[in-house]
Amino acid sequence: MKDVTFGQYYPSHSFVHKMDPRVKILAAIAYIVAVFLVQSYHFVGFAACLLFVLITTAAAKVPFFRVLSSIKAILFFVFLSAVLQLFFHKGGTPLWEGGFITDEGLLSAGFIVARIFLVVLGASLLTLTTSPVELADGIESLLTPLKWIKFPVHEFALIMSIALRFIPTLLDETDRIVKAQKARGADFESGNVFKRAKALIPVLIPLLISSFRRADELADAMDARCYAGSKHRTKYKRMVPTYRDLIGVLVMAALITGVVLINTMLPF
Amino acid sequence: MRIVAENLSYVYSEKSKSLAVQALSGVSVTVESGEFFGIVGKTGSGKSTFVQHLNGLIKVGKDKGKLTVGDFDLTDKRCDYRALRSRVGMVFQYPEYQLFAETVREDVAFGLKNFMPDLGENDMEERIKTALELVGLDYEKIKDKSPFELSGGQKRRVAIAGVIVTRPEILVLDEPAAGLDPKGKREFIALLKRLHEKFVKTVIIVSHDMNLISENCDRAAVFSGGRIVAVGTPKEIFTDNEDILSDGLDLPLTAYVTKRLKEQGIDVNNDLTEEGFISAVALKYGGGK
Amino acid sequence: MALLEAENVSFSYDKKNMAVKNVSLSVDEGEYVAIIGHNGSGKSTLARLFNALLIPDSGKITVDGFCSSDKNALFEIRRRVGVVFQNPDNQLVASIVEDDVAFGPENLGVKREEIGERIEYALKAVGMEKFRKSSPTRLSGGQKQRIAIAGVLALKPGILVLDESTAMLDPQGRKEILEVVRKLNAEDRVTVIAITHYMEEVLHADKVFVVNDGGIAMQGTPAEIFRRAKEIKQMGLELPLAAYIAEKLRQRGVPVPEGIMTEEELAEALCVLLPKI
Repeated sequence: MKDVTFGQYYPSHSFVHKMDPRVKILAAIAYIVAVFLVQSYHFVGFAACLLFVLITTAAAKVPFFRVLSSIKAILFFVFLSAVLQLFFHKGGTPLWEGGFITDEGLLSAGFIVARIFLVVLGASLLTLTTSPVELADGIESLLTPLKWIKFPVHEFALIMSIALRFIPTLLDETDRIVKAQKARGADFESGNVFKRAKALIPVLIPLLISSFRRADELADAMDARCYAGSKHRTKYKRMVPTYRDLIGVLVMAALITGVVLINTMLPF
Repeated sequence: MRIVAENLSYVYSEKSKSLAVQALSGVSVTVESGEFFGIVGKTGSGKSTFVQHLNGLIKVGKDKGKLTVGDFDLTDKRCDYRALRSRVGMVFQYPEYQLFAETVREDVAFGLKNFMPDLGENDMEERIKTALELVGLDYEKIKDKSPFELSGGQKRRVAIAGVIVTRPEILVLDEPAAGLDPKGKREFIALLKRLHEKFVKTVIIVSHDMNLISENCDRAAVFSGGRIVAVGTPKEIFTDNEDILSDGLDLPLTAYVTKRLKEQGIDVNNDLTEEGFISAVALKYGGGK
Repeated sequence: MALLEAENVSFSYDKKNMAVKNVSLSVDEGEYVAIIGHNGSGKSTLARLFNALLIPDSGKITVDGFCSSDKNALFEIRRRVGVVFQNPDNQLVASIVEDDVAFGPENLGVKREEIGERIEYALKAVGMEKFRKSSPTRLSGGQKQRIAIAGVLALKPGILVLDESTAMLDPQGRKEILEVVRKLNAEDRVTVIAITHYMEEVLHADKVFVVNDGGIAMQGTPAEIFRRAKEIKQMGLELPLAAYIAEKLRQRGVPVPEGIMTEEELAEALCVLLPKI
């Protein structure tokens, strides 16, 4: 259980890892926009996005199967979307006499699958190459303008990074409590949904109580280390964009331009 | 129920090459029915992994050796884990953190309801009462209280009552005295001895505390790097056993002093319990005068 | 003047039961002080009073001239009295070691460059400089607790309070922490207040306070305290095992000298007393 790390960060010192997290977050958003810009039937646009993913993966020195494995988790969702498209798409010629699956339906299902896959690949590249701490820092920095409307940016970021810090600890604890209750005959595997949900009570209550205890102790420890909100606070980690980020921005710009060009220039 | 492990191995995250950890490699040991058995070793030596096999919380992998507990063959796919778990009680570290019910009575009843759903009201109450009294709590006073309003020591006792309520033959405890102060610890060990005498046949204790092991256990096994490097009476494992020292484990105080004396040519042969040691030294001193 | 001084301090969580009753004590600069008592004796409340996490109901606590009852002095006190708590998992705030150590100095508004230096100093002081970029979740209990100590040291406190900081560790981890703390006391002149229920951990203290029922029941050097075995036992505590066995041996007529506290001392004493072969 200990090795379950949130977002599956893959440590390395690659080009992509060293990029400014803010640039990476913005790039990921831009990439997702690009994927959604690709219009129906322009599979060339998808090819461009896939190429981008492949190049980034290579530059990040992340094994490609690691990137792919993120898809496993959403496979059911993808399958469901594809089936829905297949069955409910109206228009087009049926593939066989009297059949309800049409050529357009098939295309549109393939299109949706490609779109979801590409979005997930891109997002997982972000979490694979950016540690949770960097992500939190990046988001905090990007949200800074919200301070003008009194949004508690610093507190929000602190909550996020503490949550990330405690995920492995709580997973460990869950594992321990599950085992302790199993040893007392608890059964989490059989019965219907309601029975299983009820079986979780002996795990959730101790977990909740221990989380409160931890929160209490953590608050004491933070107070003891002179925590007093964001006032007068300095920051040790500083994010400085480098030439890498410039290159990243250029590549993104190229991708989006490419997709838009493909959309407008190619026939269909 | 006798425990026989033969060549038991276990690997965490076996599928992933980078994360795989060999937690046990080729552990063979027999724990006889009725023993007060100790398991020692550093953190990460495999001792917790081993004991979690004993009630099937960790299943014996294919080609990973053999394990039988009484008539239960844990290598057999058809092994009835529910029945096994009601016979092998397991108390984890800081067991008070598993309490969840609204009342002490409810919490102690949890295991009973899981393992013996057909038990009548009266029988159930009788068992709960016995369990609470065995751990030194006043049934009438405590049964309707919330477990969360009790003191740390009381919580731990309630948690143990919740395990022994099914009357297991084997009781496994992982670091049972952790976090207790000296008095609490002494009382707790006394409680375990009492349980062992009257109620549970076999007690297995996992602990870092060598003094606790040498003072209380009939036999003990020393784990290191997923293997058992020594097994026997405290005297056997803590005498002339450089393996243990080289692994960074301390000797019990009695064993340390006995060893130092022996190096000086003074032989105080004893069983390494406090009483045994004190008697041997007193005898030696008296004999020399 | 003493570095930390408590004068007639009392405190109650619920205004009914007194957790700390009329405690007076003083700690001088550079001292290693141990506070020992059974669970629930009020010793952990003292730790929280020392660094102004709790404010006395009556009496006062002064640290380096600052009184904890003065609201403006709060942070002056907390930066001078660093507390390391019991559970290593519940006092680390960040997922990377150096970020965690930086947390205190960041709160104080220390300049960026200096934070870097403080991280380096603090991690070196606890022997964890190699783990600067690691994630604490992968470390052992003793290592995590050393990071927690580093996190406090980065505040450059004059006083380090250990509130049962070894209670949840294995023997290996306990040894690591004791070594680090003794070194900090001896070499870096950090004043140490170690709160514990392990008698073994008070052996190296200059001064021991025994807390019972919220008040100070005994004080003196470790040797002075251990001579009062009976009272210690009445307070739910125990002598170190070596001292206990020495006592038992004396009762059986073996004239082991008083003041034996460690297994080495016991072995040496018996080597002299017992006949060879």
